[in-house]
Amino acid sequence: MSPADSDTIWVRHNRIDLAIHHLTNGSDPTHRPLLLLHGLGERTPDEVPPSVRWPGPVYGLDFTGHGQSTIPVGGGYTSEILVGDVDASLEQLGEVTILGRGLGAYIGLLIAAARPQQVMGVVMSDGPGLVGGGIHPGSPSVPFPAPWASNTPDPFALLELARDVRPPDYAQTYVRFVLESSKLDRALMVCAVARPEWLAAVAAEPGVGQGTVDEALQFYAEL
Amino acid sequence: MVPDLTSEFLAQPDGVRRPDRRRVVDSAGVKISVAEWGDEQAPAMLLAHGGFDFAETLNRFAPMLADGGYRVVSWDQRGHGESAWAHLYSWEADIRDAASVLATLPDEPLPFIGHSKGGSMVMHLANVAPHRVSALVNLDGLPSGNNMPDVSELERTRMQRDEMDRWLAHRRTLSDKQRRPGTVQELAERRGRMNPRLTTEWLQYLVQVGARQEADGWRWKLDPTMRMGGFGPWRPEWSMLRLPGLGVPMLGVMGLEIEVMGWGSRPSDVEPYLPPGAQFEGLEGVGHFVHIEQPRLVADLILEFLS
Repeated sequence: MSPADSDTIWVRHNRIDLAIHHLTNGSDPTHRPLLLLHGLGERTPDEVPPSVRWPGPVYGLDFTGHGQSTIPVGGGYTSEILVGDVDASLEQLGEVTILGRGLGAYIGLLIAAARPQQVMGVVMSDGPGLVGGGIHPGSPSVPFPAPWASNTPDPFALLELARDVRPPDYAQTYVRFVLESSKLDRALMVCAVARPEWLAAVAAEPGVGQGTVDEALQFYAEL
Repeated sequence: MVPDLTSEFLAQPDGVRRPDRRRVVDSAGVKISVAEWGDEQAPAMLLAHGGFDFAETLNRFAPMLADGGYRVVSWDQRGHGESAWAHLYSWEADIRDAASVLATLPDEPLPFIGHSKGGSMVMHLANVAPHRVSALVNLDGLPSGNNMPDVSELERTRMQRDEMDRWLAHRRTLSDKQRRPGTVQELAERRGRMNPRLTTEWLQYLVQVGARQEADGWRWKLDPTMRMGGFGPWRPEWSMLRLPGLGVPMLGVMGLEIEVMGWGSRPSDVEPYLPPGAQFEGLEGVGHFVHIEQPRLVADLILEFLS
């Protein structure tokens, strides 16, 4: 079952209609919202997972080609395009804290660098798509996905975003952008147990926090 | 069927010939328009245009290759020329589209030729499908650590904060975006700012084959949501490190005049990466569009190289 349509906000990113699901107002509807960014091939959950404790509203974005958002024709995914998805969401939601799973954790890092005044903390957790395509391209090939029974998630998204290259120094540059511009002392929290090279490099940067997802959420909730 | 607009042209440079054939290739749902010159039974060669160009920018150069005895097969990259505007653009999608065109050609090795971004694309394609390439010709499309303005917006090595801001600001303005209309002269003048070495006659000709006349004026067919610049993890050495292992003859042609759309690579940047036996020609007094400024010279270099 999908989140109810009445709880869905639609935003436009170029030719893509993005679904932002409003999962709850929490105990304090005036609190800064938490924005969930799902992992590769996932979608916004129907309800806030029990492990996610947040006092205010919780929203979840379905990335391009996932969940209820538009399925593009002919692929062409990059992580940077998904950063544009989140930016379109921020235009609607304003200031948020982000909880990203896998791919969503990586996108959370990038958007925090791009919009440090609006992203009040990113919690980077385990999930599909955390590794990406390694630190440099492999032997070149032309990916044509196998046809799938369902068209969401888009098979091109699964294929292309799994190959997305993530050099550690590229990720570190984003960390430095965040640390230079954020209002927070601890704008990034690495909570993933798995640490692919890009994430290990992020975690090793001075000023990046570490802990459990629950600890990180409580830290940002109290700001 | 290509309409014959010749009589209506304000400008008709010597030697231009519109494609002899057009056909459409479906690349995972994206309609890619293929343009061909020359005898359909002649040996095929694959010819890739640069970013923000289109197949009919080859209307003077491609016929010279075709008259040399080839079936010249080019295509409009997604979002360019007659091909469909796509939801998304990426390097990988462009390569897949190129492979889709290649898959429609006879199953034997053939020369790959490309200009600028197209040169880098065919270099990549030669690595993807070594069994399909017989020779590689790169026209001012060998990357270095310098600027590459026509490469897809997310494939740049420079990752500056302000560039990221500009890119996101651009993304926020895209809904229902249209290109600005104008007269043939106005569109030619705008393009001339990025192509200052090309003649007014040529630029006006390009408008008439690369733009569409609508009620309020001419608009380039190029997808208005495409933009130069951007940010991403790509770095030029990833491409160049594939070059030394190339197993077929290679010809590199580089315009030595630095200009706005050029990549700024110098012979010394690329020479260490050339495969054994590669032929490399630096053209003095010629800019980035080597095949448009000097079509006869470059076509003859290629035909001689292939012979």
